Amino acid sequence: MEPILEVKNVVKQYGDYTALNSVSLQVPRGSIYGLLGPNGAGKTSLIRIINQITMPDSGEVFLDGEKLNPNHIGQIGYMPEERGLYKTMKVGEQALYLAQLKGLSKKEAKTQLEYWFEKLEIQGWWNKKIQELSKGMAQKIQFVVTVLHQPKLLIFDEPFSGFDPVNANLIKDEILGLRDKGATIIFSTHRMESVEEMCDHIALIHQSNKLIEGPLNEVKKQYRTNTFEVGVVTNNNHQFTGELSQKYKVAPANFKTLDDELKLLVTVPEGVSSRQLLNELVQKGDVTYFVEKIPSVNDIFIETVSKR
Amino acid sequence: MSLSLIIKREFNSKVRNKSFIVMTFLSPLLVVAMAVLIGYLASLNGNEKVKIGVYDQSAMLKNDLKSSDKTEYIDLSDLSLAGAKQKASNDFEGLVYVPKVDSLQQLSTKVEYLSNESPNLDFVSGVESIIDDKLTKANLKNLGFDYDKIEKAKTESNIHLSKFSGEETFKEASIVKIAIGGLSGYLIMMFVIIYGNMVMRSVIEEKTNRIIEIIISSVKPFKLMMGKIIGTSLAGVLQFIIWSILGVTLFFVLGSIFNVPMGSAATSTPQGAQVAAEATQGIQIYLSEIGKLPLFSIFISFIVYFIGGYFLYSSLYAAIGAAVDSETDSQQFLLPIIMPLMLGVYVGFFTVISDPHGTVATVFSMIPLTSPIVMMMRIPFGVPLWQILVSVAILFTTFFFVVWFAAKIYRIGILMYGKKPTYKEIFKWLKY
Repeated sequence: MEPILEVKNVVKQYGDYTALNSVSLQVPRGSIYGLLGPNGAGKTSLIRIINQITMPDSGEVFLDGEKLNPNHIGQIGYMPEERGLYKTMKVGEQALYLAQLKGLSKKEAKTQLEYWFEKLEIQGWWNKKIQELSKGMAQKIQFVVTVLHQPKLLIFDEPFSGFDPVNANLIKDEILGLRDKGATIIFSTHRMESVEEMCDHIALIHQSNKLIEGPLNEVKKQYRTNTFEVGVVTNNNHQFTGELSQKYKVAPANFKTLDDELKLLVTVPEGVSSRQLLNELVQKGDVTYFVEKIPSVNDIFIETVSKR
Repeated sequence: MSLSLIIKREFNSKVRNKSFIVMTFLSPLLVVAMAVLIGYLASLNGNEKVKIGVYDQSAMLKNDLKSSDKTEYIDLSDLSLAGAKQKASNDFEGLVYVPKVDSLQQLSTKVEYLSNESPNLDFVSGVESIIDDKLTKANLKNLGFDYDKIEKAKTESNIHLSKFSGEETFKEASIVKIAIGGLSGYLIMMFVIIYGNMVMRSVIEEKTNRIIEIIISSVKPFKLMMGKIIGTSLAGVLQFIIWSILGVTLFFVLGSIFNVPMGSAATSTPQGAQVAAEATQGIQIYLSEIGKLPLFSIFISFIVYFIGGYFLYSSLYAAIGAAVDSETDSQQFLLPIIMPLMLGVYVGFFTVISDPHGTVATVFSMIPLTSPIVMMMRIPFGVPLWQILVSVAILFTTFFFVVWFAAKIYRIGILMYGKKPTYKEIFKWLKY
């Protein structure tokens, strides 16, 4: 299936500084796409180009197979990391204004607004000014403003910052709901656990270059190390560890179990199957725990970024 | 479509602002109150009589120092010099001391004035002219001239002014022209400063609110900037319209309040009637002079220069707002904007009035940063059409160039946070 967003060899320079060095991405339709990278990697520059806030120096961006043009503005919803609303403007008026800027008619905007206000149970806020609201409340308005025009591509930069766990969950569910209705979501965040939880595709940008891209599982497979977390009850822990170390790389491990068994992290060489390792272990003790250690997004992030 | 939305929002946010409402309705009252207060204070000052002691040992001057409604001279010549000084220092403003002199001529250098505080210059020159008069008369007499005859021989001329086209003009016309030109030039300057600042503040507000990123993901920065400038100017126009209406109403109300008693008092005495008639005649001359001016073309040029000047400057204000993070950082960049405006007004008041068609006035009415002010001051004196056309053409060419340049700074600046940029960095932005 054709990707909804395709970024092709995009270069962006600010004076001598290169913010994006020929970056290409493919965001599959209907995915939740995690855009990762350390601070200053170029994520915001890329997002701004997708939003047509700035133009790339070279390279192209396609939305739905069409070269990015002003007609696409209404099809993208963007929630920047630095949230902002007019502090002295009333909530309803402000949301109407921003929706109309996105190309909605006043009537459409009003219908959509009423729907969202009801859904998030904030009907009473229509005539309040933003400065009268708490930060979390303002964030909700920001979310509504982002999704109001039913964009097919939604870009969230750190969507959960500023929300308490209850509201963060509420927003998470709304985002998943939008995905189920057909929207594609790009997620830029430093919270690896929410990437782990929600994203099905990721890309990692570091020092203006894209280093990793692909479905989350594929990426994880690439980073798999053939390491297993092993829990064994043995007669002689010391002897057991010694024997195992002769064949494999063994390190002490730390995971939660019920008993007081020996916990080890065993890395097997390429070509050795898990069955082989398990067979060996079973012969020498009671195996209580055997799990392949899957690299977390966090591990992948840190490894990739620090390797450079 | 989105431009009109932005204009509407800017206009509404300005007009609904409490300080706008207060300013609009309160400032005309404040202006009137100030005028009344100044008038009252001036009249207070005028009623105060200054007492001056006179110690004239030669008795040559004391009869010439006549008390008026502003100054009262009190002869202290009977006291001793020390006593006179003491009394004058305690009770009076000062003491005119005329020492014993042999001849009248010595008066020109010998007279002293003693006081605790530095004397009012008007008073000093008043006393000097009394002495001068006295000496001149005496000198004339010595030379054999009859002073009274000379006085009679003096004439006061009154040049009759008219144009080559045959139209008659009055001297009052110049005053009217200066007033109308000065007022329009001054209004343009005030409007540029007040509303330019408003545009700048509104840009800074969007930047510090961080809403800017959301908005420019929907509209082009150029559109946002233009919408802001236009919306703010409309709020300003509304304010001026309200002020004009209030001003005219106030004028008629005050006129009717003060006219009625004045009229009745004036007609009761024949002298009063004459004064009143003269005053009416004066006003009629002014009014007819105003009527003779090409008011319509003045109005049109006001609008044209107003638009050109306002847009030129406010796009600069917008660029500055985009470049900085807070209003305090903007001072450094505002100076180069205020300078040409001030220059325009000063050049206007000092050169246009004395020589409306001189080189300086003509040049400054061509330079686009000062032309809206200086040309508006010149127009009532009659400026050749080609000059106006050239000046307007230069103004609008510059205007398009400056808007383009400001939009570039604006586009980059609104996304830059943190450090206050230097001129060098801003120049670099132009190349992004």
